[in-house]
Amino acid sequence: MTTVETYSKLTHEPPQRGLIGSAPVVRPDEEVKRKYRRDPGFPVPVLIAPATAWLIIFLFLPLISIFIFSFWKSTGHGMVPAFTFDHYREFFATEGFFNPDNANFLTPSVFLRTLWTTFRFTITVMAICLLLAYPLAYFLSMQVEDFKWQLALFLLAMVPFWTSYLIRAVAWLPMLGRHGLINEFLLDIGAIDEPVSFFLYSEFSYTMALVQLYVVLAVGPIFFSLAKIDRNLLEAARDMGATPFQIFREIIFPLSLPGIAIGMIFVFVMLMGEFATAVVVYGGKTSTTGTVILNYYAIANYPFAAVNAFMLMLAMMIGVVVILRLVDIRKEL
Amino acid sequence: MARSTPERRRKLRIKAGFSVYYAIFLIFVYGPMFAMFTLSFQGPRGGVTFPMRGFSVFWWEKLAGPSAVGDIKSSLGRSLLLAITVMIITAILSTMLAMAFRKKFRGSGALFYAVMAGLMVPGVLLSLGLASLMRQIGIPPAWWYSGLGVHVVWTLPFGFLVMMAVFNRFDARLEEAARDMGADEWTVFKEITLPLITPGIVAAGLFGFTLSYDEFARTTLLSGAQNTLPLDINAAMTQRVQPTIFALGTASTIFSLAMIGLFIVIYTILYRRSR
Repeated sequence: MTTVETYSKLTHEPPQRGLIGSAPVVRPDEEVKRKYRRDPGFPVPVLIAPATAWLIIFLFLPLISIFIFSFWKSTGHGMVPAFTFDHYREFFATEGFFNPDNANFLTPSVFLRTLWTTFRFTITVMAICLLLAYPLAYFLSMQVEDFKWQLALFLLAMVPFWTSYLIRAVAWLPMLGRHGLINEFLLDIGAIDEPVSFFLYSEFSYTMALVQLYVVLAVGPIFFSLAKIDRNLLEAARDMGATPFQIFREIIFPLSLPGIAIGMIFVFVMLMGEFATAVVVYGGKTSTTGTVILNYYAIANYPFAAVNAFMLMLAMMIGVVVILRLVDIRKEL
Repeated sequence: MARSTPERRRKLRIKAGFSVYYAIFLIFVYGPMFAMFTLSFQGPRGGVTFPMRGFSVFWWEKLAGPSAVGDIKSSLGRSLLLAITVMIITAILSTMLAMAFRKKFRGSGALFYAVMAGLMVPGVLLSLGLASLMRQIGIPPAWWYSGLGVHVVWTLPFGFLVMMAVFNRFDARLEEAARDMGADEWTVFKEITLPLITPGIVAAGLFGFTLSYDEFARTTLLSGAQNTLPLDINAAMTQRVQPTIFALGTASTIFSLAMIGLFIVIYTILYRRSR
């Protein structure tokens, strides 16, 4: 054992390297630390603190309170702390749900059915939005070659996103109705002989209005994912003799899936929380879970509003998880 | 000009088909708005659908008059003030967040998803949660704090994504060079970083302003006694619908478009200058 080794053993210092044992003692990790001791830029905690605090107060506290309040007891004009599942039972089951003699036997409650209607409309509108948005995004990203034109046409299609969605819903009124533009147009081209009431306060007009309101949300993400595709891949496939359809099926479509998923998640969550359009365009004939929540808030039954809200949140989370299961979007983020 | 081969002609046909589709899409998206513009000039005896019964500014005058659709002038003022505040806060917070995300730090993944959650949570849920919480604590909601709070939750992810994209293309060597020459962090930020990212900050602000100005769902239960403009519009919609609301809608849309135009102009000028 050399002197140096003995010394290091006694002092618990790592053995010194170097010819005569005079090199400074620096452990490898300390060396790294010293090299990057000056962490450039502002300290991270300072940068993230305001936004984090903001999100905790205005995003997480509200969501947690929905969950907590859903177990509280309604007093008719407010609520008191409790731990009751009454409101959940009311949400799921009607009076006489478990009684085989009752007419309501195993009939789901109106609230559950409302959630189901909301979901059904959401899925329909999502599918139509995808069918409409994809060709548009494809056109903008693949067919328009000049970048300036691409940007201009994209912005033109996206502008409605920055205008009031309520007003865009109101703007549907002149289109619908017995003397609405759609009926007049169909009469003019001779598709129908007399105005059909089909076009006002019907499921059809409601769906159409929702599609028009939300389709732009799907265009953006799909456009971005298509625009990111490396053109050399398409070139290579073409050189190897792939038909345009094969190129689409094998390369373009799979690579655009993350964009589709993000767009669909966006449309999905917006539609699930939808409540104003139903009143304007559908004449309040159907209610969405959103309207149910607001109605129960208005009559001060806060716990029941919270139950509906929580179930809506749950349905949305399931939907988002399903979409994420189908498509891996991590590459996109 | 290249020779016209069958292949080329086929491609041209496809392109033409897509262009027609794009035009139809625009009609679908903008059509209702144009119908609304037109009908806002409906004659005094006309209704909310076609045909036009004369052409007048009757409904516009009615809109400008007192007590047309609530107290429009003051709700417009509130909406503008709120939108400007949201714009400033969104720009600042999203810039700070994106600067933090230039480095790796613990919990960055969780924070990223937390910011994105603002995009995912429907306004009606936030409205309900915060309104009932505030009610329970005993603080009455008002547009300028509870409204402001949830608006920023909604606009922050947009601004954040914009700023992330900006910093992805940012050349950090410029900052390093400044540091090597002895600049402290504030000087580096003021002299190097800020001038380069200003266009991005403007774009983040655009999201903040327009999204807040039009936001309805998040404000429904949180604006307190005083309405913002979208709430007044909604109130007018649930009453008897008159062409006044088309005039209001037209005015509001034109204002939104003007704001977008203004932002794009500012962005372009700043972008050119930062090159």
